[in-house]
Amino acid sequence: MNKKLADRLATAVFYFIAGIIIALIAFLIGYILFRGITVIDWNFLTSPPRTSRPGGGIGPQLFNSFYLLVITLVITIPLSLGAGIYMAEYAKKNRFTDFLRTTIEVLASLPSIVVGLFGFLLFVNYMGWGFSIFSGALALSVFNLPLMVRVVEQSLSAVPQDQREAGLALGISRWETVKKIILPRALPGIITGIILASGRVFGEAAALIYTAGMSSPNLNFNDWNPLSPASPLNPFRPAETLAVHIWKINSEGIMPDAQEISAGSSAILVIAILFFNISARWIGRIVHKRLTAS
Amino acid sequence: MIEMLKPEVTGTEREGKKEDGAVAIEAKNLSVFYGEHQAIKRVSMKFPKHRVTALIGPSGCGKSTFLRSLNRMNDEIPGCRVEGQIFFQGMDINSPKVNVFEVRKKIGMVFQRPNPFAKSIFENVAFGPKNHGEKDKEKLEYIVETSLKKAALWEEVKDRLHTSALALSGGQQQRLCIARALAMNPNVLLLDEPASALDPVSTGKIEELITEFKKDYTVIIVTHNMQQAARISDYTAFFYMGELVEAGETRQIFTNPKQQKTEDYISGNFG
Repeated sequence: MNKKLADRLATAVFYFIAGIIIALIAFLIGYILFRGITVIDWNFLTSPPRTSRPGGGIGPQLFNSFYLLVITLVITIPLSLGAGIYMAEYAKKNRFTDFLRTTIEVLASLPSIVVGLFGFLLFVNYMGWGFSIFSGALALSVFNLPLMVRVVEQSLSAVPQDQREAGLALGISRWETVKKIILPRALPGIITGIILASGRVFGEAAALIYTAGMSSPNLNFNDWNPLSPASPLNPFRPAETLAVHIWKINSEGIMPDAQEISAGSSAILVIAILFFNISARWIGRIVHKRLTAS
Repeated sequence: MIEMLKPEVTGTEREGKKEDGAVAIEAKNLSVFYGEHQAIKRVSMKFPKHRVTALIGPSGCGKSTFLRSLNRMNDEIPGCRVEGQIFFQGMDINSPKVNVFEVRKKIGMVFQRPNPFAKSIFENVAFGPKNHGEKDKEKLEYIVETSLKKAALWEEVKDRLHTSALALSGGQQQRLCIARALAMNPNVLLLDEPASALDPVSTGKIEELITEFKKDYTVIIVTHNMQQAARISDYTAFFYMGELVEAGETRQIFTNPKQQKTEDYISGNFG
């Protein structure tokens, strides 16, 4: 066939494939939202679940998802910044560094159920913390850390080398160059990466089933003392998250409106993920704009 | 064996009356190795104060490597080893006891491609002094204004000092980088092909600046543009394959070179 026809055909094929993918995603998200949106109301979002009667909600589970996310970020952000800065700015380019990078890649692709079972063995049983927010956050950190290190390292490496030279030529040290020139410049990428990783952590289930547990005690939202057993902030209490709750309802839910609750929870989860993704790109774009053309 | 010639300094014909015959910086038997490869081969030369010295030579001859040794920037390249001495203000800056950050405060550098920071114009120029302890706001504003004026950029940016430096054109960005280097008030200014990435108009502006700089600074400029070297420099050094072939007054190098290689390069027979 002649070149022009082949070119047009190839373009059409690529558009078609892209169209299929977009349609797939739109259908998936649309279906979930459509099924679940009618269930969502303020009562659904704030009241606790009911084991056998209709009308339960996902209040504690929603809170647990966010709380776990915050604690995981508190643990992983400093660690990944340190490791990422080391890998990008200080590590010599030798076989050991390559090996380190490969190890991190492998850790990042571990199945989350394996991370969860590891957490179960180490945090829940051996350390004796039981099913708790603490165990769950640590398992999520193991899961999240390789991803974040990669994000930080790549964002830093993307900053052109001439920026480092410019800094050094002014007589400042390598750490000062990293702190005052490279890190600020890499910030949009790092922020975007953190928010996208948060989306993944928020929706994680398998790593939490055996670490944060599948139950949530009756939370007294008026009690903010982290040491009190009924307080939402107590890190040593079991904490079923939204994603785990969906799984539990569908496998052992005996309440009559199980399907509706599952649909509503899924819709909330999808909305949360969309929110993370969209705000990640939006915030990243704003920070980048301020950095380069303000 | 190629002779190393030291530049002749005759005070009487020079413009700029400051400290004729004084040497700002001197290299003695300087060698630079990248791993096993020797990029600079035992180069010795003196750079006179308040003069412009141009380093010329074909691509890969080592002129940029040599320039970067003068402010210890080659330290940042893994696998790079330096032998020999570089004397500046009475000290050998290659000695391990020397504080390399102090050296780089006094010997500034402008690179081939403009590399302003992703900050405002003001922040770029104030960055050096701020990081070396200057906190007085008025003093910083004064330094920024003076440096931008010296780099002939003040009029163009004085109304938008707090906008991003990345919005400037290439020529403006390079003048900003020059202002940033000047804000440190260095003794010596190292320019690594500062105009090669710029259009002719910007190049002309920068060449004018360099001629002005002589009053306050010693300038060493690497250029692959021979006409530029002839236009703006007092002294010229010709490098070839890591060796200093010939160095002397620009006028003499370009009209009556003593080495055949120099003559060949100047006439465009190679390079």
